[in-house]
Amino acid sequence: MMIRLLTALALLACGTANAAEFGALQADKSTLAFVSKQMGVPVEGAFRKFTAQIRIDPARPEAGHARIDIDLAGSDAGSAEANDEVKGKSWFNVREFPTASFVSSSVKTLGGGRFEASGKMTIKGKSLEMRAPFTLRQERGALILDGTFPLKRLDYGIGSGVWGDTSVVADEVQIKFHFTLK
Amino acid sequence: MSMATTRYTTTAIALHWLVALLIFAAFPLGLIMSDMPLSPLKLKLISYHKWLGVTVFLLVLARLAWRAVHTPPPLPETIPAWQRSAAQALHYLLYLLLFAIPLSGWLMSSAKGFQTVYLGVLPLPDLIGKDKALGDALREVHEMLNFGLLALLFGHIAAALKHQFIDRNGVLARMLPFLDKEPS
Ligand code: HEM
Repeated sequence: MMIRLLTALALLACGTANAAEFGALQADKSTLAFVSKQMGVPVEGAFRKFTAQIRIDPARPEAGHARIDIDLAGSDAGSAEANDEVKGKSWFNVREFPTASFVSSSVKTLGGGRFEASGKMTIKGKSLEMRAPFTLRQERGALILDGTFPLKRLDYGIGSGVWGDTSVVADEVQIKFHFTLK
Repeated sequence: MSMATTRYTTTAIALHWLVALLIFAAFPLGLIMSDMPLSPLKLKLISYHKWLGVTVFLLVLARLAWRAVHTPPPLPETIPAWQRSAAQALHYLLYLLLFAIPLSGWLMSSAKGFQTVYLGVLPLPDLIGKDKALGDALREVHEMLNFGLLALLFGHIAAALKHQFIDRNGVLARMLPFLDKEPS
């Protein structure tokens, strides 16, 4: 009897936790974009093909988890010419490394409505620790995550060889994410 | 007739040759870079081309302002009326293209999603948003206006040389920083 009661309570607890957790990505309302600097000029780009498995409870964001997989062949680097170029060997080398991924290991509350996900970013077969600060906002039954963080492309060997000249394409690229979950 | 009325002002002469020099650089640069495959060098050349072009734009605005308040010296009496009208029409068309070409380049850049940042420090506002089709169309416009300019410049230079070497009427000297003697 006692055990059953406990199980029932546990199930109830899980139920309420699940009720507050968001996990279904609204792909049409989610974007993964980046801004590179070319000759000092910010140029917008986007990862048009990605999947994001995110589970997060706004009441307990620290328990949240995220896994983002990017199909790099769907990268939009701002022009048709650049889109072809970034798939090549010196940039993403999509033939050998078709996907990039981010897997979170922890989420921290920074205060003032801001949070930070830490985890591993893997691009071109290279994994590095990465921190991505973000905000949470609830709107019409959906949870919206917004964040921007800098990534140093040369840490991953993105744009090597002649493209390593950072006076033409800056090392730092801003990654901007906007995820809508239900 | 005094010197002041037979020659262009020093400012007009300086602006004319500065613009000519910059176009002489920007034009072939434009042709070369647009045929290049994507590379860091191409990105650099495109930036230099834009900076040169924006400089031309600013100088042309200065020229137009100067021209608005300084009437050019009258042409020698020996020049027939039709040549006077032709010269005037050609000069107006040149001003029009010198204004429209950089403007089309600036708008094209905005439409293609590559803002123009003059000399790498001064961002020019994007007057239009990113729009691929419009960017491609403006590229065509930029190219066509440039070929128009090339044709007009041939006429312009040929006319100047004809005045100098066939008519020997001193018209070219009016716009030269040297040779500033009265025609004999
Ligand atoms: C005096 C001013 C200018 C001249 C004479 C000039 C001339 C040219 C020429 C001849 C081309 C090659 C066209 C072709 O064959 O495709 C070109 C391309 C180009 N121009 Fe200009 N231009 C001027 C100003 C500008 C300005 C102010 C900008 C931008 C702010 C600009 C941006 C471009 C761009 C981006 C291209 C390459 C188009 C492409 O390949 O996609 N130009 N220009």
